[in-house]
Amino acid sequence: MASEILEVLIEALELVFSGDPTFLEITTRSILISGTATLLSALWGAPIGMILGLKKFRGKTLLKSLFNALLGIPTVALGLILYLFLSRSGPLGFLQILYTPVGIIIGQSILITPITVSFVTSAIESVDPEIRDLARTLGASETQASITVLGESSGGFLLAVIASFNRAIAELGVALMIGGNIKGITRVLTTTIALETTRGEVVLAIALAIILLTIVSVLSLSINLIQRRRT
Amino acid sequence: MSYLIELKGVTKRYGEVVALNNASLKVMKGEILTIIGPNGSGKTTLLRIMAGIDRPTSGEFYFDGVKVDGGNMSEIRLRGTMVFQRTALFNATVYKNLAYGLKLRGYPKNEIKEKVKEVLRLVRLEGYENRSTKKLSGGEQQRVSLARALVLETELLLLDEPTANLDPKNVSIIEETISQVNKERHATIVMATHNIFQAETLANRLAILLEGKIVEVGTAKGVFNFQSKYLASFARLENVFLGTSRITEDGTSLVEIGDGIEIEAAVEKTGKATIYMRPEDITLSKIHTASSARNTFKGRIVGISDLGSVMRLRIDAGKEFIAQITKKSFVEMQLNIDIEVFFTFKASSVHMI
Repeated sequence: MASEILEVLIEALELVFSGDPTFLEITTRSILISGTATLLSALWGAPIGMILGLKKFRGKTLLKSLFNALLGIPTVALGLILYLFLSRSGPLGFLQILYTPVGIIIGQSILITPITVSFVTSAIESVDPEIRDLARTLGASETQASITVLGESSGGFLLAVIASFNRAIAELGVALMIGGNIKGITRVLTTTIALETTRGEVVLAIALAIILLTIVSVLSLSINLIQRRRT
Repeated sequence: MSYLIELKGVTKRYGEVVALNNASLKVMKGEILTIIGPNGSGKTTLLRIMAGIDRPTSGEFYFDGVKVDGGNMSEIRLRGTMVFQRTALFNATVYKNLAYGLKLRGYPKNEIKEKVKEVLRLVRLEGYENRSTKKLSGGEQQRVSLARALVLETELLLLDEPTANLDPKNVSIIEETISQVNKERHATIVMATHNIFQAETLANRLAILLEGKIVEVGTAKGVFNFQSKYLASFARLENVFLGTSRITEDGTSLVEIGDGIEIEAAVEKTGKATIYMRPEDITLSKIHTASSARNTFKGRIVGISDLGSVMRLRIDAGKEFIAQITKKSFVEMQLNIDIEVFFTFKASSVHMI
């Protein structure tokens, strides 16, 4: 039994290093789709996080706990909700982005927005409040001062981006339900692993899982390193 | 006479707390004005308003004759800058800290390099460009934050207790720099301090701030000789005592400061007097020793603060005295809270205002 598992593993590793063009294609697509989703989420998540971290206003605590609660949203539930909105008969059906890479990108960016927001907020809050005053006394406008504070959170922004990307590339629900796992178009690492396992192509699934695990663990490791440097 | 700053009836509230209460003050162009007052009297708030980072709750603030409001506050921030009491530094190299304000003002890179080099020479930190600010000593950090403000060559420089908690070497470097910048660049400087000695030696004028109000403004001599009710509050400053002085046969004076304490000063004066001594002029011993110094008292250590290479001790001898000794002697003498010590200072170390 043990030798069988080892055999399969070795086979899978050989496949990983064989330079198979389909492998490369699926991996590249996964990175591109989740990367774009991360960029989008950073685009609106970072300003929201900065406002939550810097400004005082009514309902701030409520908003913060809302984003914290959304951190753990089940991807299948989000996938279902988005499916209902984006399907032909749904309110956003006219966009015709169901079963397209754009659909996955939008779905994943919504999924990871709470992560981006929470990470940026806590990064900002960890910076000495005097830094903002300091920037202002040296001549910074309010916006310039806020950007300086974000920069001072020593890797806080980078941390938010990496954590968001990690969640996006590792999720299955949205990619499967919005993407539809169409070969050559919306097939990504997680959906292929699920498919190949049900089809009994275990070696192929393991090979893809190795790639996914490598990406995720390298990024997790870098999160750890960044966090250690901050303290 | 033209004023760079005019505060008219400025009040500042932070929630329930009234930090400034109808304070009015004029700062002349090119002068050094010190603001002295006990902790919590509103010194920092006053500076923050002049720096354009806080707005008065009520009252008016004029900068160079123009009324400051929300619309032109960012302009004020480019014309004046402030150095905080608690050193705040960007977590980066010394160079990046110093270049920050210059970049905001759009200076080209080579000019920034030149200016940074020059200002580092001024605060005597030549060649420190690529050091990380985190690895500097407290005094060096404070000099970097002073340099970061000086490099901008603003018309107005606001300093919040720039030498608090520093050792004598760093204090004198900072004092010399302040005075040099004022003389050579004619920068207007407003400085909050606890240190009466500094107020008297550095400043053209001083203002006394009590409970959010400017209660007196004048030259050091004028303010201290003015036998006002406000002087009582100075007892809360370091080693400043009010008393009655009488001349002795030896040509010195004995100043009775209350609680049975008489201090001998090497000047001749009769009547009311304000005296003070620098904490570093006071020496300590555990046993009473014969000494040429004219003033020896016995007291109990009631407070210790660690300033790095030196220690600052509060000694209760009926009145509270502050003495500053090196950490080495502090350790060698095995001093601690509640230990009784004899402290000594020369009659010539007693300054009379």
